[in-house]
Amino acid sequence: MTVTTNKVVDIIRQVSDPEIPVLSVMDMGIVRDIKVDRDQVHVKITPTYSGCPAMDMIAVEIKAALQEEGYESTVELVLSPAWTTDWITENGRQKLEEYGIAAPLEESADKLALMGEERIVTCTNCGSKNTKMVSQFGSTACKALFRCNDCLEPFDYFKCLK
Amino acid sequence: MNNKVFDYLLLLGDSSMILGHRLSELCGHGPNLETDIALTNISLDLFGQVRNYFQYAAKLKGEEITEDKIAFLRYPNEYRNVLLVEQPNTDFAYIIARQFLFDAYHLPLMEALSNSQDETIAAVAHKSIKEVRYHHRFSSEWMKRLGDGTEESHQRMQDAVDYLWPYVGELFEETPLEAEMKEQGIGADLAALKKQYHENVKAVMEEASMQIPETPFSHSGGKKGIHSEHMGFILADLQYMQRAYPDMSW
Repeated sequence: MTVTTNKVVDIIRQVSDPEIPVLSVMDMGIVRDIKVDRDQVHVKITPTYSGCPAMDMIAVEIKAALQEEGYESTVELVLSPAWTTDWITENGRQKLEEYGIAAPLEESADKLALMGEERIVTCTNCGSKNTKMVSQFGSTACKALFRCNDCLEPFDYFKCLK
Repeated sequence: MNNKVFDYLLLLGDSSMILGHRLSELCGHGPNLETDIALTNISLDLFGQVRNYFQYAAKLKGEEITEDKIAFLRYPNEYRNVLLVEQPNTDFAYIIARQFLFDAYHLPLMEALSNSQDETIAAVAHKSIKEVRYHHRFSSEWMKRLGDGTEESHQRMQDAVDYLWPYVGELFEETPLEAEMKEQGIGADLAALKKQYHENVKAVMEEASMQIPETPFSHSGGKKGIHSEHMGFILADLQYMQRAYPDMSW
C-alpha cells in the first residue's frame, strides 16, 4: 500500500464489513490502495468472493465516511491480484475468533479440515478440537459451518482462500 | 476485435448465469438446510462471476450498454449458454448431476482462461478458480454419496446422469468464435479441456460405482442460440422485472 495520510486511513478503518460487523475493511484486507490528492481520495477495493453482495455496500460506506470528513472520493473495484485470506490482519484474525468465527487455517490444513479428515478447527465457544464440519458452505460464501462435539454449539469457520 | 471479445464474454457468462438462475430457484427449497445454503452459495458465486464478465463486456461496448441490459434484455436466441445448464431441477439427483457435469468442465476452463492474453478475462478466471474448486468438490462428493449409497439413491443418480449425458458433448463443440479466441490466445482450447474432463468424470463415477453412459447421441444448439423449451420459461422469470419496469434498479 502506498504511503498516505493517516487521517484517511483512520476514517476508512471505521468502515466495517457489513456481514462481519466487528471487522474493519482494513483488517479484512479488502482495501488495496488509497491515494490522496488534496481532498480527493481514490480507493481501490477487491472482493473476497466474486459474488460477495457486500461489495457495493462497502463502496457506498467508504464514500459516505469520507464525505462526512469533507473528502470527495472514488471507489474502484479491482480483481487482480485476487484476494486471499492471508490478507486478513493478525488483529482481524483475533477479532474473528472473538466474534465466534474460527479464523482460516493454512491451505493444507484447511483441506484436511474441510474433507473431515482431521480434527483441527478449534471451537470458538469452548476451545475443543473435537469439532465436525456440517457443511462446506455456511451463512456466507466465505464461511463453512462447523459443530463442536463437546459443547454441541454450531460455529462458522472462515475458509482459507489462496 | 472488441466485438469478438464481447461475444466471447457473453458465451462464457451466459452458461454461468443460467445455471446460477436454476440454482437460485432452489432458495428455500433445498432438500435440507445445508444443501439449500450450499446450492444458493454456488448460485451467488456464479452470479458474481457473471457480473465480472458482463461489466467488462459493457465497458468494451460503451454506448448505452450496461451489465443489466446484457443480462436481462436479450431475446432467447441471443443467449449463448449450453443446453445442459437450462435443464430443470427435476430432483436432487438431477441437480447434482447437472452441477457435477458442469463443474468438471468449468474448473479446467477457468484454469485455462487464467492464462488468457486478455488481462481482464485472466483476472476474472483466476478469481473464479478458487470458487469453482469448491463447487466441484461439493458436487463430486454428492455424486459419490448418492451413487455409492443405497440401491435407490444409486439408481436415481444413474438415471439423472443417463438423462443429462447427451448434453455433455456440446460443452466441447468448438464454435467459429471459440476457435478464433483460441487462436488469439484469449480463449481456451476445448480439445485439451475435453481430455481432462473425461478423465475426471471417469474417476469420480468409478468411485461412485456408476456407469458412464455409452449413448453416442449429443444435443447441441445452445451456443448458437437455439435453446430447449425450458429457456422461454427461465427468461420469463429472469427478465420480468426489467421488462415490466425498464431500467429499474434496487
